[in-house]
Amino acid sequence: MIDWLHPSLVLILGAAVLPLLPTGLRKAWMVLVPVTGLAVIFGLEPGEFGRVEFLGMTLVTGRVDELSLVFAYVFGIILVIGMIFALHVKDNVQHVAALTYAASALGAVLAGDLVTLYVFWELMVITSVWLIWRRGTEVSFASGMRYLIVHALGGVLLLAGVIVYYQTTGSIAFDQIEPASAAFYLILAAFLINAAVPPLHAWLSDAYPEATVTGAVFLSALTTKTAVYVLMRGYAGVELLMWLGVIMTWYGVVYAVLANDIRRILAYHIISQVGYMVCAVGMGTTLALNGASAHAFTHILYKALLFMGAGAVIHMTGKSKLTDLGGLYRYMPWTFLLFMVGAVSISGLPLFSGFVSKTIIIEAAAVEGRGLIYLMLLTAGAGTFLSIGLKLAWFTFLHRDSGLRPTEAPVNMLVAMGLAAVLCFVIGILPGPLYAILPAPIDYNAWTIGHVLKELQLLLFTGLAFFLLLGFVGGKNKIALDVDWLYRGGGRTAALAVRDRISATNARFRHKAMDGLSAWMARIKKRHGRDGKLARTWPTGSMAFWVAVLLASLLVFGIQQQ
Amino acid sequence: MNLGDLLEKLVRRGRLLSLITLALMACLVLADIIIPPDYVRFPWDGIGGFAALLGFAGCAFFIAVAKGLGVLLVYKPEDYYGEEHEHDPPSADRREHD
Repeated sequence: MIDWLHPSLVLILGAAVLPLLPTGLRKAWMVLVPVTGLAVIFGLEPGEFGRVEFLGMTLVTGRVDELSLVFAYVFGIILVIGMIFALHVKDNVQHVAALTYAASALGAVLAGDLVTLYVFWELMVITSVWLIWRRGTEVSFASGMRYLIVHALGGVLLLAGVIVYYQTTGSIAFDQIEPASAAFYLILAAFLINAAVPPLHAWLSDAYPEATVTGAVFLSALTTKTAVYVLMRGYAGVELLMWLGVIMTWYGVVYAVLANDIRRILAYHIISQVGYMVCAVGMGTTLALNGASAHAFTHILYKALLFMGAGAVIHMTGKSKLTDLGGLYRYMPWTFLLFMVGAVSISGLPLFSGFVSKTIIIEAAAVEGRGLIYLMLLTAGAGTFLSIGLKLAWFTFLHRDSGLRPTEAPVNMLVAMGLAAVLCFVIGILPGPLYAILPAPIDYNAWTIGHVLKELQLLLFTGLAFFLLLGFVGGKNKIALDVDWLYRGGGRTAALAVRDRISATNARFRHKAMDGLSAWMARIKKRHGRDGKLARTWPTGSMAFWVAVLLASLLVFGIQQQ
Repeated sequence: MNLGDLLEKLVRRGRLLSLITLALMACLVLADIIIPPDYVRFPWDGIGGFAALLGFAGCAFFIAVAKGLGVLLVYKPEDYYGEEHEHDPPSADRREHD
C-alpha cells in the first residue's frame, strides 16, 4: 500500500507515457497529467515523507511544510496552464521536457536534504534546456549551450558546497545554513546563479528570449522561483541578499528599457521581480518572508501570462522585436486584453495580484525603517510599469500600424491566458486565500486608502512621464551588451587578443633570444673555432706567461691552505 | 460588437480618455494632500503627492540612465555577436506543426 505519492513521480511517469500516445489521446493526456499532479499536490499533508537510505545517508524526498507548499501549489497550477497553452504543439520532446522540468522543480522544493536537492537541481537543468533548443534555430542552440554551461557551473558549486557541508557538519539536512563557512558561500553562489542575481544573471536574459514560444512560459516560472525558495530555506536574513535584491530590481528595469526583443524585456523583468523576493529574503522578517512567498506566487502567474501574451504575438506574427511590431490590438484584441492584465498585475495596480504581494515586501521595508530600500523598491515599481505596462504594450499593440495582419491566437492559448488572467484578478481583489497559505500567519491589509492612493499616483504619473518622453523609449535596432559579453563576444575577442599578443611577444622574444644565441655562437666560433684565435699555434712567450700565471695562483692558494 | 471594434472606438477617443486620466490624476494628488497618511515612518510620509513625484521622476530617471548607458557603453549593432536572428514563420513553427 502506498502511503505517500510524490507529485514529481506522477509527472515523470506521465511524461514517459506521453510520446507513445496517438495525437487525440495525447492532448487529453497533456491536461490530465498536470491536473493529476496538481490534485496530488493539493492532497499533500505536512510532514516528512519518502525516506530513502542511500550510502549511509537518509534522504528525505518529501518535506511538506507551509513554505514548500506555497511553491508546490503554484508550480502545479502553472504546469496545468502552461500545458494548455502548449496543446497545439506537436513536438513531443517539448512536452516531455516541460513535464519532467516541472517534476524536477517540484522535487527541489519538496527536498528535505541537500543531496535530494542536488539531484533535482541538476535534473532541472538538463530537462529545461530542451525547451530552448527545440526552437530549432542556430541562435537558440548556442544560447541553450551557454545556459547549460552556466548551470553546470552552478551545479558543480552546489555539489562542492554539499560535500563540504557534509564533511564539516556530518549532516545533509537542508535548513538555515550556518554562515561564514566554505559550504555557506559555495551553496550560496549556486543559488544566486539560479536566482539570476547580477552579475550571475546573464544566462536568463540570454536564453529565455530564444526559447520556444511555449517553453518560455515554464522557464519563466520555475528555475528562478525554485532559487527563491532555497534562499528562503537556507539564507533568510542574510543582509547581503537584501542589497543584492534591491540592485536586481533596478538592474532589470534599466536593461528592460534598453531591450528591443519583447521576451527579452520580460526576461529582464524576471530579474527585477525576483529582486523584490531576494531583497525580502535578505530582510528576513516574518512579514518580509511572507511577502517573498506571496510575490513568488503572484509573480509566477502574471509573468507566465506575460510570456504567453508575448509568445502568442511571436506565434502569430513571427516577429519578436518592438521595431517590427505595432498596432496589433485590432487583430489580436483578446491577446492584448489578457496581456494587459499581466502587465498591470506586475506593475502592482490595485485590483490585480502584484498589488497585494509586492506591497507586503515594501511594507516590510517600511516597518523595519529601511528608508533607502523602501524608496528603491517603490521606484522600481514605476520602472516596471514603464517597461511592461507602457513600453512593451504600447509599441507592440498600439502605437503605429506595422502592416502586420495576424489573426487572433489559437483557442488553447487564449484559454490558458484567460485562466492566468482570472487568477491574477481574483487574487488582486480577494487576497485572503493567498494570505492563508503563506508560511506564517499574516496581519496585513493591502487595501488601505493609503496604499491605493500611493500606487495609483505612482503608476499614473509614471505614465505621464512616459508619454512626455515617448520619443526616447521606443525600441532600437540594437542589442545592449550585458555581462555575458565576458564569455560571448567582446570579452572572448579581448581574451583572444590577449592570447595573440602573448603568443606574438613569445615569438618575438624567442626570435630575439635565438638571434642573440646565434651571435654569441658566432663569436665563440670566431675565438674557439678551427680558425679562431685560441686554436692558432701559440707563441712560446704566451705559454711562458700562462705558466707564470698558473704558478702564481698555485702559490696564492697554497699559502692560503697553510 | 466584437472586442476589436470596441478597442478601436476607445483608441479613436484617445484624447478624451487622456483628459479624463489627467483629471483623475489631479484628483488623486488632491486627495493625497487632504487625506492624512496612515503612518508617518519616513520624512516624506506626510508630503501629499510624493508618490506622484516619485513615479514621474523615477520614470524619467530610468529612461535617462538606460539611454545614457546604452549610448555611451552597451548599445551595439544586432549582429555584434555574429548571430543573425531569423524570424519564425507566422503560426507555422517547424517544430510545432510537423
